[in-house]
Parts: sequence; C-alpha cells; structure tokens
Amino acid sequence: MSGSRTDEKPGFDLGQGPGRLLVWLYGVFTVAAASRSIVQMIMDFGRAPLAYVLSAVAAVVYAFITYSLVRGGPAARKAALVCCAAELAGVLVVGTWTLVAPSAFPDATVWSDYGMGYLFIPVILPVTAMMWLRRGVVAEPA
Amino acid sequence: MIDALTLAVGVTALALAAWCGFAFSRDQPTKDWHFIGMAVVSVLALVQLVVGVVRLGGGDRPGQGTAIFVAYLLGSAAAVPAAGFMSLAERTRWGSATVAAGAVILAVLEVRLYDIWGG
Repeated sequence: MSGSRTDEKPGFDLGQGPGRLLVWLYGVFTVAAASRSIVQMIMDFGRAPLAYVLSAVAAVVYAFITYSLVRGGPAARKAALVCCAAELAGVLVVGTWTLVAPSAFPDATVWSDYGMGYLFIPVILPVTAMMWLRRGVVAEPA
Repeated sequence: MIDALTLAVGVTALALAAWCGFAFSRDQPTKDWHFIGMAVVSVLALVQLVVGVVRLGGGDRPGQGTAIFVAYLLGSAAAVPAAGFMSLAERTRWGSATVAAGAVILAVLEVRLYDIWGG
C-alpha cells in the first residue's frame, strides 16, 4: 500500500493534511479495483469482458492519482487534476451506461450505478480531490 | 468460522472508527491509546486471517470462491495497520480521519467476507 512511500517535499504537500486522507482512500481504491479486475479476468474473462476491462482502467486511473498525490509538485497536481476529471467523467458515463443498457454488463464494475456498491465513494472522491487540488493552487506562493 | 469472529472484528472496527472520528472532531491526532486500539483490531483481523486459512486447509470452501475470500482476508488484515502507519506520518487531525476511514473500510470488508463465506 502507499503508506510507506511518503516522500517529504518541503513547501509543497499534496499528500499532507486532508491530502493524506485522499492518498489513503485512493490507495484503497487502487487495490480494490486492481484486485477485483485481476481476479475476475483470471477466473472468467468471457463472462463480462467490458466490465472487467473498465475495472482495470479504473484501477490504472486510481493508481496514477495516488502516485501524483504522494509525489507532489505542480506537474503532478496538474496531472492529478486531469485524471480526477477523467475519473469523474468515467463514473458518470459508466454509471449512466449501466443504468441505460444493463445487458452490456452481466457483471458489475467499480463504477456501476455510479459506484453504489462502494457507498458512492467513486463519485464523491474525485469531487473532493479536485477541490483539494485546486485549493493547493491558491495556497502555494508562486 | 467465522461468524463470531467476523462480528467481533466488525464491531471493534466500528468502535475504532467512532473513537478516531471523535479525535478528528476534537482536532486531535492519534495518540498512544488509539494505537493500542488499532493493535487490538489488527490482532483480531490477523487471527481471522489465520483461522480462515486453516479452515481452507481443512477442506472448507467459501461460497463465492477461494481466491476472493483470501484477497478479502489479506485486505482486512492490512487495512488498519496501513492506516496506522499513515497516521504516524500525519500528526494532525487528518491522521485520525485516515484511521477512522480505514476502520470503516475494514467493517465493510467484514460484511463482504460474511457474504463470500456464506455464498
């Protein structure tokens, strides 16, 4: 898990304070989405390939955001913002998709029904993360 | 197994979450007593991991598949210790929030473990 790789960058702390909670939640969701898609792909890829691939994509996005938050720095913040927007778009598109065309998804993804199986955290997380990342812009003296 | 043990881990995890949430609301970092609480919950989760693996070795099979079951057992054993280490590095109220979130996640994992074992 991401707990051991907190590298200290003086002056710019995306992963400090409230950011620490975000790092933790994104780390957990990286592990959850990755292990879910890996297990499902190994066990029965043919059953719902689209759902499993989308879970894997979600895992990659989560992993990248976790890494960016831990790493810190202006470039990482920008990259994390883009990824959070992509994540939010992903949740909304996949969530709507699962509701409109459930037949395309014989098995659930992390983002099915707007992340209802995960307490709607997949929707809430990118919004709070973007608020945190944008607040970092104001707090940082240029 | 595991019903009693699952219940015990889930309830202690929720208690830990409430306790650390209280510390968060009072603007306090995690303190020694919190870490003792985390240790208790972690030991319970580790016992659960061992009991689960022993039961698998004894020929019992969880309803929804062995791989998923083991993955969830490992996740539950790792959740609170990982959150604890992060709160060691974050000596503010947000360290308490991290542990509270980890404990809630553990409680959710316990519910899922119960489903997975029962099928």
